Amino acid sequence: VLIVYSLTSKEDVLFRCTVRQRYISPDTGTGHGGSHGNKDPGYAKNGNGTTYSKKPFPVLSFDYEHVRLPFEISLWVLLASLMKLGFHLIPRVSSIVPESCLLIVVGLLVGGLIKLVGEDPPVLESKIFFFYLLPPIILDAGYFMPIRQFTENLGTILMFAVVGTLWNSFFVGGLLYGVCQLEGHKLAYVDLLSCLLFGSIISAVDPVAVLAVFEEIHINELLHILVFGESLLNDAVTVVLYHLFEEYSSVGLITVTDVFLGIVCFLVVSLGGIVVGAIYGILAAFTSRFTSHTRVIEPLFVFVYSYMAYLSAEVFHLSGIMALIACGAVMRPYVEANISHKSHTTIKYFLKMWSSVSDTLIFIFLGVSTVAGPHQWNWTFVVATLIFCLVARVLGVVGLTFVINKFRIVKLTSKDQFIIAYGGLRGAIAFSLVYLLNPEHFPMRNMFLTAIITVIFFTVFVQGMTIRPLVDLLAVKKKQETKRSINEEIHTQFLDHLLTGIEDICGHYGHHHWKDKLNRFNKKYVKKCLIAGERSKEPQLIAFYHKMEMKQAIELVESGGGSKLPSALPSTVSMQNIQPKKPSQDRALPQLSKAREEEIRKILRTNLQRTRQRLRSYNRHTLIADPYEDGWNEMLIKRKKMKELEKKMNNYLTVPAPPPDSPTIARARLASDPQAWGLKSVTESIPTIKVDLASPQSPESVNVVDEFSKKGSQPKEEEGGLTMKVPSPAKQRKDKTPDEEPQQRLMRCLSDPGPAAEEEDEDEPFLP
Amino acid sequence: MITIVMGSFQSLPDDHQYRTLSQKTGFSLEQIAILHNRFKQLSQNEETLRRDDLKTIQDLESNPIRSQIIEAFFDSRNFQKEGVGSVEEIGFEEFLTVMSYFRAPPQHITEEQREEMRRAKLRFLFNMHDTDNDGTITLEEYRHVVEELLSRSGALGRETAKGIADAAMLEVASISVGPMAPDEFYEGITFEHFLKVCKFVHLYA
Repeated sequence: VLIVYSLTSKEDVLFRCTVRQRYISPDTGTGHGGSHGNKDPGYAKNGNGTTYSKKPFPVLSFDYEHVRLPFEISLWVLLASLMKLGFHLIPRVSSIVPESCLLIVVGLLVGGLIKLVGEDPPVLESKIFFFYLLPPIILDAGYFMPIRQFTENLGTILMFAVVGTLWNSFFVGGLLYGVCQLEGHKLAYVDLLSCLLFGSIISAVDPVAVLAVFEEIHINELLHILVFGESLLNDAVTVVLYHLFEEYSSVGLITVTDVFLGIVCFLVVSLGGIVVGAIYGILAAFTSRFTSHTRVIEPLFVFVYSYMAYLSAEVFHLSGIMALIACGAVMRPYVEANISHKSHTTIKYFLKMWSSVSDTLIFIFLGVSTVAGPHQWNWTFVVATLIFCLVARVLGVVGLTFVINKFRIVKLTSKDQFIIAYGGLRGAIAFSLVYLLNPEHFPMRNMFLTAIITVIFFTVFVQGMTIRPLVDLLAVKKKQETKRSINEEIHTQFLDHLLTGIEDICGHYGHHHWKDKLNRFNKKYVKKCLIAGERSKEPQLIAFYHKMEMKQAIELVESGGGSKLPSALPSTVSMQNIQPKKPSQDRALPQLSKAREEEIRKILRTNLQRTRQRLRSYNRHTLIADPYEDGWNEMLIKRKKMKELEKKMNNYLTVPAPPPDSPTIARARLASDPQAWGLKSVTESIPTIKVDLASPQSPESVNVVDEFSKKGSQPKEEEGGLTMKVPSPAKQRKDKTPDEEPQQRLMRCLSDPGPAAEEEDEDEPFLP
Repeated sequence: MITIVMGSFQSLPDDHQYRTLSQKTGFSLEQIAILHNRFKQLSQNEETLRRDDLKTIQDLESNPIRSQIIEAFFDSRNFQKEGVGSVEEIGFEEFLTVMSYFRAPPQHITEEQREEMRRAKLRFLFNMHDTDNDGTITLEEYRHVVEELLSRSGALGRETAKGIADAAMLEVASISVGPMAPDEFYEGITFEHFLKVCKFVHLYA
């Protein structure tokens, strides 16, 4: 192996040789350890560089070994992503077959290819799976979990997760033991504890598989949260049962004490996991409070804290999945209030990207591992496993629903039950858990592996492929695609308060009472700690409203500022339609006395003056031409106000009112008015003000807006009669009269994208 | 909604009266007994309940829409068909009738009955907003609702309350009526529009 670097001195050579030797010394336990031997014995001798004969200077050399590991990893990731890309380019296939199936098939092909070449295909190492592939998926799920629905159905979910999984494990394990005993000679060595262990591994519904399939069928939120929540929360049960049976399988005996300890362990594992997650979540929220100066690394905190939560839980053998979910769910409301919009987008897309890649890799590796083996096929065992799993699932769901429905207000119908039962997919977690088993303690490990892979294939292929047509056939309710509207938000909050009030009058401390207490505690103490600045006092309704405005503002920009806005916006109804009717004289062109004119002009001037003062304060900041920065919605509001004011001015000043000289007087006044000129010079800078409100100003940004809107709204109310009229007659006049230059220029300045956009102004909904 | 915890079984006074109430409101006899005790506790053992009695409830203090909830109990639209105006005091029967709006629906009822119950609940909600009883929620009334909701948030709340109410009204108008010409005027939210808007609001927590 030849050196590629240019050599300066012998010492350099020595140093580089020894460093490299250390760098590619045998890598420990990665999934790729199987195929090539990466210890080249010949190399070590060369490395000391004592006898270095002079060779011609190497211009180009081939040194694969030292990039092997990252190279292969990147190659796999690239392959996975290209596959994903490919599937969506073939339209027919992707609508029939779920992605997970296709990926497993690809994995099988790749594994087959590798085997043909004569190498050992890499296996899905459990360490890689649990430490690198699983966390992104779980974090993605936990961070974006709909908390409200989750907590509303928590009882049901827990029932399914805990009781359901226990039932499944014991049913499958016990019956398999019976089958093994009955079978006789080939299976007699399988003892009860091993069977129970196998049962516990295989009965856990897998979140990866569930997500992969359910995401494509767009089922209604209730069912989605039930199955998905179950798949997440059963991790604690699985962990406990797994450890319990694994520990004692060598001993071969479990006493009542052990069972009791197992129950205690379950509580510790689940609650401990949640507590660890919550602690890290609060830490992350607290950290995000101070990140207003370093916006760029905000997403990093979210990711690192969550990963630390996962790893910390794994240190104590607590449930890492629950820690991750708790961390994501706890930190989200506070972090989102603190971070910038761009960070929020970054977090969202990074999580989606990582979880997508992980998901793809997992399924591909599942396929490859199937080819890799080692397998031990036993018809009885495998078929029995399959049948028992399905039966156990169905019985479990039906039985539990019967009990649960007594406590639920919205009952689960039999259609729902069918989907829940059918959606209990098994996946890579089960595979990895079996893979972790020690072959010495468990001689039947290979048989277990084969059986698990069969069950996984069956659930993913058969159930995964048929669930979509079944959902359509049974006419199960699909996800409602409506965006949450402000009305719903208002009424939901109103209803919450109402129900809490009724409970208080009743004297009954129910669900709402405690939820309300928790909210108040949250508002009073927690939010103050964890959210920076003024936003800590922002009530939920207002936060929702600002978010909605922001979304609309961004949509406005994205749609070019002109064309019809998406349907959620009430673009067909404008403010005029709902304002209480004013006396008709105001709708006609106003006949104003000179005194009134003067008054109105004064009001307008003072208002513009205030505007100018506001705007001036923003000139100090750096200019970043980026519409998606924090201050965008504030800027948009300001722009709208400016447009309105300018419209009003225009409207008023071009009114063909009886005093014939009023337009000219107005123009003259405007021309001579130093403040008007001042305004013009300021407004010229408006198009370039894209304020980086991410810097010190931002915590106060909300205040400023409200100050502004308050001041802005007062003169409007005083004017009363001047509502937003269609300015087109005014515009025509504007285009015709050349001596309205100053106005024209003014208006050009005020509308950033140029005069064309102004025509669309009247279609814009009025958003204060 | 609310599940009333079953208390200890006591001998029921006015058994016949309870039975008629039970039939009328749908509560069980035990539930009525519990509520009657509560009523007596609140009204200090008198026959009728007044607004002040409800105002004494400690937990209600922190509720932003407290006054509207209390008003709802004294609003005769809620316990009489074709009732108008509000009364000063209510008896146990009215108290129970108002409470029955929040009763959890019984297990085995038909789809229509469920729909009817939902309508009744939404009507109650509508009445709470429509304070002048003209059958529509005007912009002013809606603004008042939002202001009340945000009443605990100080100045910040008051400023944006108006904006929120306006945006919400615009939304209702565009959902219910569709495109409107600039000089048309949207009177207010009628009960039908309200039903449409609240389609996705979950009444069952």
